[in-house]
Amino acid sequence: MSRRLLTRGDHPPDPAAPGESDLPGTALPETSQPALLRTRKLVKEYRADGVTVEAVRGVDIELAVGEFVAIMGPSGSGKSTLLHVLGGLEPATSGEIWLRGQRVDGLSTAGWAILRRRHVGFVFQFFNLLSNMTVADNIELPALLAGATPRQARRRREELLTELGIAEKAGMAPARLSGGEQQRVALARALANEPSLLLADEPTGNLDSSNTRDVLRLLRRAHAGGQAILMVTHDARVASLADRVINLFDGMVADDARIVPIPRVNGVQNVMELRG
Amino acid sequence: MRQPLLALLAKEPAHGYELKLALEQTFGEAYPSPNIGQIYVTLKRLEQDGLVRSQDVEQTTRPNKRVYELTAVGREALRVWVEEPSDGPRIRDEFFIKLILAPMAGLADRMELMNSQRRHYLGIMRNLAELHADTDPADTTARLLIEGAILHLQADLDWLERCQEELV
Repeated sequence: MSRRLLTRGDHPPDPAAPGESDLPGTALPETSQPALLRTRKLVKEYRADGVTVEAVRGVDIELAVGEFVAIMGPSGSGKSTLLHVLGGLEPATSGEIWLRGQRVDGLSTAGWAILRRRHVGFVFQFFNLLSNMTVADNIELPALLAGATPRQARRRREELLTELGIAEKAGMAPARLSGGEQQRVALARALANEPSLLLADEPTGNLDSSNTRDVLRLLRRAHAGGQAILMVTHDARVASLADRVINLFDGMVADDARIVPIPRVNGVQNVMELRG
Repeated sequence: MRQPLLALLAKEPAHGYELKLALEQTFGEAYPSPNIGQIYVTLKRLEQDGLVRSQDVEQTTRPNKRVYELTAVGREALRVWVEEPSDGPRIRDEFFIKLILAPMAGLADRMELMNSQRRHYLGIMRNLAELHADTDPADTTARLLIEGAILHLQADLDWLERCQEELV
């Protein structure tokens, strides 16, 4: 099994890269090596019946190229909302979002759709696969939308499904697959266009422990291949694999820290001691 | 050490070294390899307490070996041990006391305490997750032990989140 398949292509954060002219936005002036993703004073409010609820309240975060960051925090802390705003699924109320050195918070719905096609992959808790299409078509669709030839799209789909160990399910409807298999298909779809950034919203939230392990292994391998990942999760075991964990509380960043493994736990035997 | 030895002797009489091997074989990597001296000391105490008895068995080419077997009293003690529920995991009382008292004394900020504790837990979690990934899937005993530790740690983190919601 080759590692290359989950190794994403190199998209340098260069606003002048060919084929990028369809992306509106202005270049970020000051930094020489801009972050892959960066927000400044990002706010998301919901208004209903004259009541305003602030779900995201002035968030500043950064994600480097190839970095894996987990977002944790209590329910209602704004984690999923933040992720949706960063992927353009919902518009920001105010503040700035910069992706690959371009300001993107002002993009139209169509502009976001184009941006996502090339640069942002999404994985959700409930897979969100198209139920009336086969597994293969679900994965090939994003590549075709992004301008790949049918032959290219098919080759990429075959590579991904083989890598994810579900090649024999290509012709099936998603509903006939187990939850773990559906999430692998969703992951294949998200990675089909080698996005600069993979956004994952509780990707293991609906999986049992053995399927969680499989999805984790795939995420780790994608990350080892250079895939940047921003993932919302409740599962500390999943979060502990990230380079960094951001703790969101009340719509604000309460903590943002690299994970430093505690060297005390060396072997299985020491687990006994750990449990006290 | 006492109860595991009694449990092994409930199966069949054995000498000290056989017990050491049996423990290693049963728990594999999940249990600290027992010290043979510690096993002999424990057996001696169990005998003094009347839970086991022993006799020397002659061997032709080697020194005599002492074979232990369970007494009726030992079997009863073992039954009581097996039947009584074991203690649940202990509360992380030291951290909780810090969390309550330190801010009262002006020694620390609650949010900072919780953040540093969370970082610590996540560091341990990283180790456990890697340990789990590196453990032979066929070693069920070791795998379940690590999974238990992971679940306890997850509960600690969830509880930390509850503290954050209520105390900040």
